[in-house]
Amino acid sequence: MRDKIVLEHGAGGRLMHELIGEISRSLKEPMKGVDKAVFKTPSGRIAFTADSFVMKPPVVKGCDIGMLSVNGTVNDLVTMGAKPEYLSLSLIVEEGLDKGFLMSIIESARDAARRARVKIATGDIKVVEKGGCDKIFINTSGVGRVYSGVKASTLNAKPGDAVIVTGSVGDHGAAVLAARGEFQLETDVSSDCMPLTSILETLIRKRIPFHTLIDPTRGGLATSLNEVAESSRAAIQVEEEKIPVKKEVSSLCEVLGIDFLYLGCEGRLIIFTPMEYAEETVKALRRTETGRETRLIGSVTGKSKTGEVRILTRAGGLRSLPMLHGIPLPRIC
Amino acid sequence: MRFIDEYRDGELVKGIVGKVNELLEELGREVKIMEVCGTHTMAIARHGLRNLFRRNLDLISGPGCPVCVTPGSGFSLVFQAAETGRTVATFGDMMRVPLNGRSLSTLRGEGFDIRVVYSPYDALKMAEEEPEKEFVMAGIGFETTSPLFASVILECNRRGVRNLRLISLFRLMPPALNTLLEAGDLQIDGLILPGHVSTIIGVKPYVEIVEKHGVPAVVTGFEPVDIVESIRMILRQLVENRRMVENEYTRTVRHEGNVKAVRLMQEVFKPVDAEWRGLGKIAGSGLALREEFRLFDAVEAYGLKPVETGEPPGCLCGEVIRGSRKPVECRLYRKICRPDNPVGPCMVSSEGTCAAYYYAGIEK
Repeated sequence: MRDKIVLEHGAGGRLMHELIGEISRSLKEPMKGVDKAVFKTPSGRIAFTADSFVMKPPVVKGCDIGMLSVNGTVNDLVTMGAKPEYLSLSLIVEEGLDKGFLMSIIESARDAARRARVKIATGDIKVVEKGGCDKIFINTSGVGRVYSGVKASTLNAKPGDAVIVTGSVGDHGAAVLAARGEFQLETDVSSDCMPLTSILETLIRKRIPFHTLIDPTRGGLATSLNEVAESSRAAIQVEEEKIPVKKEVSSLCEVLGIDFLYLGCEGRLIIFTPMEYAEETVKALRRTETGRETRLIGSVTGKSKTGEVRILTRAGGLRSLPMLHGIPLPRIC
Repeated sequence: MRFIDEYRDGELVKGIVGKVNELLEELGREVKIMEVCGTHTMAIARHGLRNLFRRNLDLISGPGCPVCVTPGSGFSLVFQAAETGRTVATFGDMMRVPLNGRSLSTLRGEGFDIRVVYSPYDALKMAEEEPEKEFVMAGIGFETTSPLFASVILECNRRGVRNLRLISLFRLMPPALNTLLEAGDLQIDGLILPGHVSTIIGVKPYVEIVEKHGVPAVVTGFEPVDIVESIRMILRQLVENRRMVENEYTRTVRHEGNVKAVRLMQEVFKPVDAEWRGLGKIAGSGLALREEFRLFDAVEAYGLKPVETGEPPGCLCGEVIRGSRKPVECRLYRKICRPDNPVGPCMVSSEGTCAAYYYAGIEK
């Protein structure tokens, strides 16, 4: 249908999922979890993941590309039920970049790694001529050990599961929009970028069972819920009123005509756990530093062949909440 | 943001919806209300309002999406400006509107210089920073947008900026409403009038139209409470056999509008006849630069020629913009035409009726 790659192919929506499907078919490798893999070894299960990071601008309030490249991969490992252990860090740098700036990105990656208690074990740097990339691109990959007995997958959500989110949604996406400066808006939105390791540790320590963990990055909460609904062939319903969102994020979205349900997070986890554990989960996570705003936002209401997500709006209407298609566009009038 | 939460209160909405449904029962017949503004269309979809009402209320969407009502010939001017080496500054909404299998987005992929801006002042800034380049602003929008462009043109004039020009495709809302009501075939019982546009032009311009056609109309804000309250006000008028313009959005819209903005618009532009997608040519419904600002007219300066293009085969955008058909009646809707593969503009813009229906998951 399309013979050219367009920006929407990387926006986290349907086009991206279709393209990744095509790529993995062409590789003749069953890339089951898309960007994640789990290997069985004699000493237990090892989780392996890779991700590339481009950020425009490379620094926003509360986050820069160094921190993001570490937390992004750490959090991917967390969603596989793994304790992150080692990362690689590969840089593609544009000729002419300020060296002090590069080092500030590296220091920020180092601090993020310390916080997440992972080691940056290997890496690489390439410099391309001016215009060959936009300032700095980073690729990280990571390995970790899957906690024993844990089987978390987007395929596993079950009817009766509670849907829990560990904090306000859309912060990172809103911070990026605000930092682009094109809107000339005064706002205090700060990115939520942080490692989710302690959230997972709490679940493990409290012996809370979970079926699915997913971090709503590109495409936001709405897109992640759809991913789970499709993979698990489940019907999910959430209540708008219960979804935590910061005032400054919803205000920015109002002004721009963008739906915060489609704005990415970089420090939130969506947890699918049997409803009888919902209260305990919320209670336990609210006591952690990174999960203070944890809330139960909905449930898996049943099975669905194609997967469906519905939202009960604050105004009391029930409507479908589809996956992101394309890139959210600010409105004109 | 103040004002938002209280206007989304579920209980308040429920209370008003109850009254709306009582009025609908009292009227006992099918009532057709058109929301004119694309932002209303989106709000109705996003908040799931459609299915709160009794079945005899039919909400139809009107020509309120600026990108959608701009005809292909208008877009062809913007394409030409880019293809002849000018840097085009445009709002993001327009990037993916398809024209003969291409879009500004694919043009950018081919290497032409097309930049998304959020305000025409961004274009002014770029023009001053890159004096060796010629910049063209794609001027699309209603009365909400044109005063801003007017002030940029005045600023260019004042500062002597000579490398920034405009393709004026602005449209005016009242003449389009008049045309729709004049046609009469839609049998519209009431109008939900646009909040943003009315902030600029006020309530007055609608009075004559409403009196002429005898249709209740309410200037309306964008929160769920605003919209259901405005529907209640329209139904109330119908029950009491009144026909007038009322203002629900008093916290923002003044009767006389924003006089300063209107004056800006009139200083720089003059009304001209203009073509609308779906509605055809409407007298006095477009804006052209006045004689003294002709030097900023990109169409004239670069000899751009509008190319007539038909609608894509099967696309019902024209009828959808008119309100005579619904997206679900289009056989391309959801099957071939989706936000990530739009066939017509109504599926591209966040204010387009088809996109609003799509995102609300409306299947039939």
